[in-house]
Amino acid sequence: MIPAAFDYIRAGSAEEALAALAEHGDEAKLLAGGHSLLPLMKLRLATPAVLVDIGRLDDLSYINDAGDHLAIGALTRHRDVETSALVQSQAGLLAEATSHVGDPQVRNRGTIGGSIAHGDPASDLPSVMLAMRATLVARGPGGEREIAIDDFFTGFLETALGDDELLTEIRVPKMPDAAWGFQKFNRRAQDWAIVGVSAIVANGSSGVGLVNMDSIPVRAAGVEAALAGGASASDAAEAAAEGTNPPSDLNAGPEYREHLARVLTRRALEAAGR
Amino acid sequence: MEVTVTINGDSHSHDVEPRTLLVHYIRDEVGLTGTNIGCDTSSCGACTIHVNGESVKSCTMLAVQADGQDLLTIEGLADGDVLHPMQESFRQCHALQCGYCTPGMVMAAVSLLDENPDPTEREVRIGLEGNLCRCTGYHNIVKAVLHCAEASS
Repeated sequence: MIPAAFDYIRAGSAEEALAALAEHGDEAKLLAGGHSLLPLMKLRLATPAVLVDIGRLDDLSYINDAGDHLAIGALTRHRDVETSALVQSQAGLLAEATSHVGDPQVRNRGTIGGSIAHGDPASDLPSVMLAMRATLVARGPGGEREIAIDDFFTGFLETALGDDELLTEIRVPKMPDAAWGFQKFNRRAQDWAIVGVSAIVANGSSGVGLVNMDSIPVRAAGVEAALAGGASASDAAEAAAEGTNPPSDLNAGPEYREHLARVLTRRALEAAGR
Repeated sequence: MEVTVTINGDSHSHDVEPRTLLVHYIRDEVGLTGTNIGCDTSSCGACTIHVNGESVKSCTMLAVQADGQDLLTIEGLADGDVLHPMQESFRQCHALQCGYCTPGMVMAAVSLLDENPDPTEREVRIGLEGNLCRCTGYHNIVKAVLHCAEASS
């Protein structure tokens, strides 16, 4: 399988990437690690006329302690997130979920920013971002802006990023004392989750994100509300599928996914000590 | 677009279309056909090579992305007629049946031991989750990796 022809631009800096986006608009796509985009291009489900390669912008690959949060460069590879002592101690849920993305070869190339900007409801990391209430930083022609994760996913594979914007940083609140659970149900080791759940509990508040339960990554708001009201893990988990619109595919229909969401949410909450 | 890569210590330069996949470049332009194409969807791992010392599925990378990088393929492992310890372990443990997954499996296994020289059996199985053997010969493959780790320690 070979992608449709495209023009290739290798950006030497974020500014060059932004200039290329400004010139080519929605004809262009950004290429980071390529492990979400290239498979789509090989299937010709994506046929960008211009590919802007940002894979060598090493200044966007970092994990920094920024006081109350971790600042993670968008081009930080999954492998570096997974093995970071800082992420493991301050955002254990993110380290654990990242270790379940794809397989070792995929994690050697794929990036945290690429995975999130792809906006795939079947990806693991958006559920972590929702649970931990991350903030995303985008750079565009007018400078930088912050986007709250709840405003980021706007449609199937669509995000709040403009055609002329580059996702540069992911800000994850430091939660060293939080209890968390990550559950991913699939039938082959490296598959996408049929359903997955990220849950985190700290200082009496909770965050629960779902994988593959709607056309966009969604929060289990009913579960969070039930926990805030003092419900047990198993009672709160009953609300896991509320308000979702799960897809149907070869693996499962909506009813089965709703069942999985309840079971996996209960397990994730129990792992988080609820 | 002009691409220059180092493969198994040798420098190669070719003018390629930007859409050329790295595995096609290695096989069709450079002529190193030891790297196999299996699923072509980044699932099976048959096309695993090393890019700057790390395992990568070469069907999910463009040749232009590899420009200037240091690549290692299955052909670069052995030292002349002397097999790499991982290849020797695969041979001794009979860790191949049809052999199609073997080049990718060996490259992934070498990368695994580079990162974790003394893995448990479970760590080997998880570390090789990106490689499929359709003969389902996993038992001896895992044995070979453990054997190699032991022999090297």
